[in-house]
Amino acid sequence: MERKEWPLWEVFVRSKNGLDHKHCGSVHAPDARLALQVARDVYTRRQEGVSIWVVRASDIVASDPDAKPELFDPAEDKIYRHPTFYTLPDEVNHM
Amino acid sequence: MYTQALDIPQPKGEPKGPRVVENADYQAEFDAKIDAGGFIEAKDWMPEAYRKTLVRQISQHAHSEIVGMLPEGNWITRAPSLKRKAILLAKVQDEGGHGLYLYAAAETLGVSRDELYEALLDGRAKYSSIFNYPTLTWADIGVIGWLVDGAAIMNQIPLCKCSYGPYSRAMVRICKEESFHQRQGYDLLLQMMKGTPEQREMVQDAVNRWWWPSIMMFGPHDKDSQHSETSMRWGIKRISNDDLRQKFVDATVKQAEVLGITLPDPDLKWNEARGHYDFGAIDWEEFWSTVNGHGQCNVDRIAARRKAWEEGAWVREAALEHARKQAAREKVAA
Amino acid sequence: MTQQNIATPEHIEYVLRMGDNALILGQRLSEWCGHAPVLEEDMALANTALDLIGQARLLLTHAGKLEGQGRDEDQLAFLRVERDYRNVTLTELPNEDFGRTVVRNFLFAAFQVLLYQRLATSSDAELAAIAAKSLKEARYHLSHAGEWVIRLGDGTELSHARAQAALDYLWPYTAEFFAANPADDAVAAAGIGPAWASLEPEWEALVVPVLNEATLTVPARTPFRTYGKFGRHSEHMGHLLATMQYMQRTYPGAQW
Repeated sequence: MERKEWPLWEVFVRSKNGLDHKHCGSVHAPDARLALQVARDVYTRRQEGVSIWVVRASDIVASDPDAKPELFDPAEDKIYRHPTFYTLPDEVNHM
Repeated sequence: MYTQALDIPQPKGEPKGPRVVENADYQAEFDAKIDAGGFIEAKDWMPEAYRKTLVRQISQHAHSEIVGMLPEGNWITRAPSLKRKAILLAKVQDEGGHGLYLYAAAETLGVSRDELYEALLDGRAKYSSIFNYPTLTWADIGVIGWLVDGAAIMNQIPLCKCSYGPYSRAMVRICKEESFHQRQGYDLLLQMMKGTPEQREMVQDAVNRWWWPSIMMFGPHDKDSQHSETSMRWGIKRISNDDLRQKFVDATVKQAEVLGITLPDPDLKWNEARGHYDFGAIDWEEFWSTVNGHGQCNVDRIAARRKAWEEGAWVREAALEHARKQAAREKVAA
Repeated sequence: MTQQNIATPEHIEYVLRMGDNALILGQRLSEWCGHAPVLEEDMALANTALDLIGQARLLLTHAGKLEGQGRDEDQLAFLRVERDYRNVTLTELPNEDFGRTVVRNFLFAAFQVLLYQRLATSSDAELAAIAAKSLKEARYHLSHAGEWVIRLGDGTELSHARAQAALDYLWPYTAEFFAANPADDAVAAAGIGPAWASLEPEWEALVVPVLNEATLTVPARTPFRTYGKFGRHSEHMGHLLATMQYMQRTYPGAQW
């Protein structure tokens, strides 16, 4: 039997101006316009947002979890990128 | 999703040797992550049994939310004041939302909502047996909020720390939204207890009917629970059935006193030595007969869900067909 | 000078009509909770119902104050006899299927949007404030229901037929929105709100383009007339009230 399921959309909500949109869940919707509306009806019932993005789940390109070591571990020893790496005299340490 | 992890084609010029490591290595990595109290995410490798357990648990939870809309929904059109009508409608709507979040969490494990839903509609999937009891009076709405949601919250709070990321995040959202559900139930009952003798009797009658089913919600005793041990090991379950049940009983006794009702258990009394309330024996025969389909409302609940689903088919198809037409028109226009 | 001293019977009637429209349609829509075609739409319909119940509470409370007989929102919502409800007949009709439900929401929300817009300048400041708040809600209802009218009308053959049948059934009831009556003229003259009859051209301008986009045929006006807003309702109203009033009628005087 052909399954006639509405596509899945990922929902991102900006909780207030000045903040990033943040992933908050998913909805099923037949198209983008309705996806936005149902995202509003599902995810902003308690004034959680001022702006919504919806993205078709199948359009998201994700990094491979198995590639985690080569993608993310090499940053581990670049400790000189962090301010705490540098010890300065107390008088100027608020720098 | 995890099943695809082993199928990822090996990129050319891989510097670190063969990427497709043995299953045992994945298993060790998974175990280490679990032992460290870390999270497993959707695309991470996971043992098949872990995935299956999660799909079963999350979908049962989702089914419970949406079947749970029905007994309370039974009173929306008869709510006795506009304020109570709005509160109840918002609450039942929340339950629909919680079902939605949970189905979405289950979908990250590579099953579709429709597949899960079909399993509910054709009777293969289980849901919380509490929703197979009828709501007979308005007091039932208060008691469901107080006892049933109270028990549910106790079950759910530990799940906010569940090892599977999408489930845990859904539970955080759900627990946040549910915090008003128990309070509105108790508030409704307080108001009724301040009212006429008839209203107070209605509350006591509802408590008499819902007390035992509520404490059955925590599931079989630990010694009889078939899934508990592995689920604890995997961090899918954090506190045992009996411990949660005890916690619930201990918390509820005081609330019943404040309310001025009697909990229908003659064996309920404080045990100084244990530091807990003792309570009477649970009628497990009733529990299993309800789980296995012989509760008063099992057939009606599923019939109602099936009716909504079947009568909505033309609507869902129309929306898809319109989207297809629109896409075709946009293609021509481009 | 308190408000009840300045409220005319026409003024009270006008506010009651708006309150009862929201109340009765909200009651109908709340029947959908748990039974919609898809979870997402269950949530959306409940939101619309909650908005309408909220509007009803504000409007009935206001009507009670204007009336000055100490009746609160619940006494007005639950303890009047059928003849005293002033909602248009369209709002009390059974939901039937999702098609009729969204077509009704669409036709009604368009009317509400126009009415609430015009009430911004009402001489009744409380009414203007309620309208301003409710206008935002009505605009969303119009948009969401409109999206659905388009999808059902321009969807499958079956959905088109059902949407057209719903429109054919409901359209004659919309004549009641605009039925002229002297009470309305008095309210308009007092600057409280527009005579509903005056909204008809704008309403058609709002709904017809969407119906066209939905490939639906706009029915011609017929002599069919209903009179819910004057207190003469359909056969459905008594059943709706029997359910809605059940608790208040069974336990007179109890607080909930």
